[in-house]
Formats: sequence, structure tokens, C-alpha cells
Amino acid sequence: MTRPVEELEKGKWPSYVTEWKKAGYTGLVEIYNKALEDKRTHFKHGGMVGYPGYDAGVIGRLSDMPEILGSSHVFRMLEPAGWFYKTESLRKVVDVWTKYGSGLINFHGATGSLQLVGIETENIEPAFEELAKLHYDFGGSGGDVRTLAACGGPAICEYTNIDTLDLYQALTMRFIEDIHRPRFPYKWKIKIPGCPNDCVAATARSDFAIIGNFRDAIKIDQNILKEYPEEKILKVVNKCPTSCMSYENEKLDIDMGNCTRCMYCINEFSKALRPGDDKGATILIGARARGRIGAFLGWTLIPFIKVEAPYTRLIEIIVGIQDWWDEIGNPKERVGEAIYRIGFGKFLFEVGKELGIDPVPQMITRPRANPFWFYWPGEVE
Amino acid sequence: MVLSLDELDFGPPDYKEFLPPVSKKNYGKWKYHEHIKGGVIKHVAESGDEAYTVRAAIPKYVAAETVNKLCDIAEKYCEGYIKFTSRHNVSFIVPKAKDVDSVIKDIEAMGFPVGGTDHSLKAIIQCVGWTHCHTPATDSPSITKALYEEFYDEFKDNNAFPERIKMAVSGCINMCGATHASDIAIIGMHRKVPTVIDEIVEKFCSVPNLIKSCPKYAIKPKRGNLKSIVIDEEKCMYCGICYSLCEGCPIHNPEYDGVSIWVGGKVSNTRNGPLLARLIIPFMPNEPPHWENVVKIVRKIVDIYKANAEEDERVGEWIERIGWEKFFQMTDIPFSDKSIDDWIFSVETYRKGTNFKMV
Repeated sequence: MTRPVEELEKGKWPSYVTEWKKAGYTGLVEIYNKALEDKRTHFKHGGMVGYPGYDAGVIGRLSDMPEILGSSHVFRMLEPAGWFYKTESLRKVVDVWTKYGSGLINFHGATGSLQLVGIETENIEPAFEELAKLHYDFGGSGGDVRTLAACGGPAICEYTNIDTLDLYQALTMRFIEDIHRPRFPYKWKIKIPGCPNDCVAATARSDFAIIGNFRDAIKIDQNILKEYPEEKILKVVNKCPTSCMSYENEKLDIDMGNCTRCMYCINEFSKALRPGDDKGATILIGARARGRIGAFLGWTLIPFIKVEAPYTRLIEIIVGIQDWWDEIGNPKERVGEAIYRIGFGKFLFEVGKELGIDPVPQMITRPRANPFWFYWPGEVE
Repeated sequence: MVLSLDELDFGPPDYKEFLPPVSKKNYGKWKYHEHIKGGVIKHVAESGDEAYTVRAAIPKYVAAETVNKLCDIAEKYCEGYIKFTSRHNVSFIVPKAKDVDSVIKDIEAMGFPVGGTDHSLKAIIQCVGWTHCHTPATDSPSITKALYEEFYDEFKDNNAFPERIKMAVSGCINMCGATHASDIAIIGMHRKVPTVIDEIVEKFCSVPNLIKSCPKYAIKPKRGNLKSIVIDEEKCMYCGICYSLCEGCPIHNPEYDGVSIWVGGKVSNTRNGPLLARLIIPFMPNEPPHWENVVKIVRKIVDIYKANAEEDERVGEWIERIGWEKFFQMTDIPFSDKSIDDWIFSVETYRKGTNFKMV
């Protein structure tokens, strides 16, 4: 009878087990087969491993059956912005990883980093030194700023309202010390999608989401729009969530005062409709999975902000919030949970005021319905 | 030779050197894009330049040999540039229309399906599960493989569904697989608190560290043996963080670990905005390697969604329109107290008034 691990090599869909075998990583194949048979993982935490001078970047992994698989640590490499690579460079990374590690690569980890999987403890230092020569750095583990993520933005897409790639590079370099040396209560993730379609899931997965957005009118090319079937135009007009569109005499009208720029019509009529020219970003705060008190989607902190190099204002806001959270956050408490614990209103009263973030109705879907604690001690004199 | 502090903190490679010439030339000056067929997106720039994205799925792990083969394709047709996406795909930006079919042929010859665009099954986000992690209650990579086998054709088809379907699989509630905002999500569930093995905790683990690590303050020093701990069953949420720090409190319990199923999540702002996924099935046993029952129920939900949703309606939008009580009725999924929220945000989810559908 075929073993479970070999069962996973069957079928039409490409198999990761086959890739392990190609890489000759027998230990992993065997330990995984054991896991499939026993219906439990055979990995345990790998302890503290890393590179001198860094406290982040290598994820320690050990199996609980060292006779089958010894240490199998992971390098979390900072990915090039937008996940664009030159093959010449990528091939060199692969060569280093084949020389010192298993040769297995995960494109990419859940946070966005390039994950080089499977290296033994004694090879960590020489492997990193060779990767450093190729200008590949690692980082982002523990209570630190995690690897950022940005969509392809201006390199490939017309929807983007910000230079996602440049912003990725600038913020990564601004926070590079925090990416390497955990000092916060827990992780801090920044993600940068160029438009509200949010192709990097910033709304769900980043403590600080910088979502490209615009505040003037959607640009319409009426002549090109006519090339789309009328039936399709009417469908979109009908499904517009705020009913702010109308289509009469072959002319589309959008009442921008009522539009929420949800991207639906722009997505459907990519040739004819485009985001406006007054571009910037919306900032959401607080998203993450599970955490201490359950999953949060990010909520609006700043409805619209101009985002232009050198991004001084944006960095001032990030640092201001991090400093506050660093001070009051409990262990393993993400920033969204810290804000929830003290109250978003109080956060704005205390931290927002200092950072120049005023309360606006865009921050909420509806006002409070309870009468508790409107005013803080000292506020009413 | 250890690098000095001055030589560290150099950061990622400069993206400007990694952009394909067509992206560099038309940077910020793209005009529109179209989904021309499964896995292929045509981009047109204001300059009149065209580029074609060919997107393909790759396994969760790829061997060096495979990466080099992908690089061969990129060198042959894409001037030596290659891109990856936020959903584990590889993407080739092909500057010449005439090369698109050759690229597809070469990728598929490697066994990698081209697809995952428009209203298809998007590439499934997964964590590493039993292949490389210490906390999972289930095995995301093999579940993902099983789902892909079932939905192979739908991955390649731009018109497979009323709207895209994004699936995600996480081995435990730490949710490294982006499960909380996916259309259909599978999450591994531990159902028993960690077993404390005093001898190991005493010898190898830091009690203060363990106490501090627990998100729920469920860990206390053991009365009479302060070198070990006790875990409060009422407070523990089975996250496995203590096991990360200490081998003396394993959380795995093959008899009771399994998966749960969640539906209706969405990240994009299209129409009425993002949604969290909601629990519909609290537990199914682990059935590696083919996960027949998980696949069967996901297939059923997808088919009912496909037959009933309106055009451009995501799973969550469809259910919110028809109502969750209707969804449970249509899918014949038994409803239990487990789907009723009992956490601090619960009241918002309780039905107020009488506006529900009678069954």
C-alpha cells in the first residue's frame, strides 16, 4: 500500500512532496509521513537561532524525532517590493540555498517574505553572509515590525493611487532596525495596496494599512464605455451599493458626493473608468487574525492623506502610534487590541490629538448607542 | 567572519533593478487591463505598449531545480524578469502577445496550471501545517492539495463562478493562512487544553515566561510546585503559544484535533466592503491525506452558491442577502450552539426583531 506521503504525489495538481524529493530532502518527507500517519505534527519550537546583531529573521524549527530530521530552520528574507525579481539574482539565491540549506523555497510566506526553508543551525551564519553579498537581508519575527507587503502598483496596474513600491522601500528602510530587533509588545504589520481592491489583504492582515485612494471624481470616457454591452452597464448601475450611478441616453453619470469609491464599476469597466487625479491613501488601523480577542478587520483612522516622498507625515503617524502602543501594550497585544481595550474615542482624545488626527464620521459606521463615559477627568472645567 | 553592525540593516534588494523593462518604461502610466482568458491578463499602457501577465499556481514549496526552470521560461520570453503574487502564484509579464501561448505551454509542461484570474477559484492561501510548524491541529498543505484536485478546472476558468472564490486553510487559530476574511476557510481546531508534563516544564521551561505568553492569562504557577504550571481549562483558547515556548505542554491530541469550516469573508472594498468569515461547521475529524469529507462539503457549498448567487456576488454577499438561516437550510448543514457567538462582541450578531425567514 502506498504511504500517505506518496498519496500526495498523485493527482493533477502539482505536489509539494514531489518538490521535496527533487530537492532530496528525505528527512522532511519522512517526518511528514509520520505526521500524516499519526495525525499530528512532529515539529516543535526550534529555540533561539539567528545572526549575531539581529534578533529576528530566522525561525527556529526542530522535529521531535531528531533521528529522522534534525534542525530545519527558516530564513524570512525581505522580499523585493511587489515580489518582482530578476532571474539572474533569484538563481544566485537558489544556489546559496542549495549549498547551505535544503534548496526548498516558499514563494512567499503569509506575511509576504521570501521563505527559504530548511537549514541546519551551523549553516545559518555562512548562508546569511553569502545572501548579504547578493543584497538579500532577512527579518520580521517576534515582536517587531514584520516584513512589509506592497502590490505591484504602478509597475503593472492603472488603478494604483500611490507609488506602492517606492513607499514599500522607503518604509522598510525607515523601520529596518525595528525589523531586525524586536522591541514591541507584539508584531506590527504594514501593508500597502494601491487601491481599495486591496490585493495584499491589508484590510484583514495589517496593523497599519496604507490603502491607495482618491477623493475627486471617477474619470469616465463615455465613448469607450459605449463599447460595453448595455446590459452589463445597467447591471452595474443597478448593483452600485450607494445607487449613485445612472445611465441615460448612453451617458453614465456618477454622483460623486454619494460614491464610496468601492472600485466595483471601475473593475467592471476598466477601459472606460479610472480613479480620479487627486490621489492619496486611506489609513486603516488594527487588523489582524485571532490575536488575544478574535479577528479584527482594520478600521478607518485617516480617511484621506496625501502620500508623497519622503513620506514624513506618514512616518510621524506610524512612529507616534508605535510609541504609545509600546508604552501601554500588554504582552502579545496587537495595536488594534490595545486601542479597543482603552477605547477608540479615548485613543483619539489622547494620541490622535497629539498626532493631529481628528475624530470624523468616516471613522465609524454608526455613532454610539450607550451613554457611558463621554468625558474624561480633567476634560470638563 | 561575522558581519559588523555597520554592514547589517541593508534591507531588501532595490526593486528598481528588478522591474521588467515594460514596467519601467510605463511606470505609473498604465491605461487599462482585461482578463482575456484563464490566467492571462492583458495590460495596455498610455504609450500603447502592451504586456501580458500569465499567472500560474506553484506548489507551496518549490525545489531549486524548479525555480531554475521557471527562470528559464522568464529568460526565454520575459527578458529575465519574474514576478510572484500575494497568493503564492508565479506570474510572467510577457511583453509580446505572440509569446503568450508558448509561455502557457512551457509552464503547463512543468505541471503547473495557469489560472487564478477573474471569477475563478483564486489560488488557495495556506500555512505550512504539519509540514513545518509546531502548533497546527490540522495539515493545511494536504487539505489545500485535496481542494485543488477537486476544483482544478475552476482554477483555470475565468467564468467558473458568479464572482471569484478565495479559499484559505490555516492549521490552527493563529490563522497564518489569512482565513478570517476568505470566502471559504478551513481552520484547524484543537479541542483539548495542553497537557502539562511537570518533569519537562521543571527542567526546561521558564514559568514566568509561560505565564506572560498566554493571551488569556490561563496559566498559573502550580500550587506546591512553583517550577511547574497549571492551565485553566475555562480560559484556555487552544492557541498553542505556550507549546511554542515549552515542550512540556504539548497541545496536540490526534484523537480530538480536527478542522472547522468558515464562510463569507472578503477583503476587497467592492460594493459593501470587507466581511469576516463566519463559523458554519465547528468540527470535522482529520482525514489525511485526501480529506474526502472536507472536500465534499466545500464542493456542496460552492455548487449551491454557484446555482443561487447573482452575478458579481461573493459568497458572503450572497449569504448576507438571503440570510444565514436560509443558507443553513439550503446547504442542509446542521446548526449548533457553536455557531452562536459567546464572546465579547456577540450581541451585535444576535437577531433583533422578527425579520427572519421561517423554515
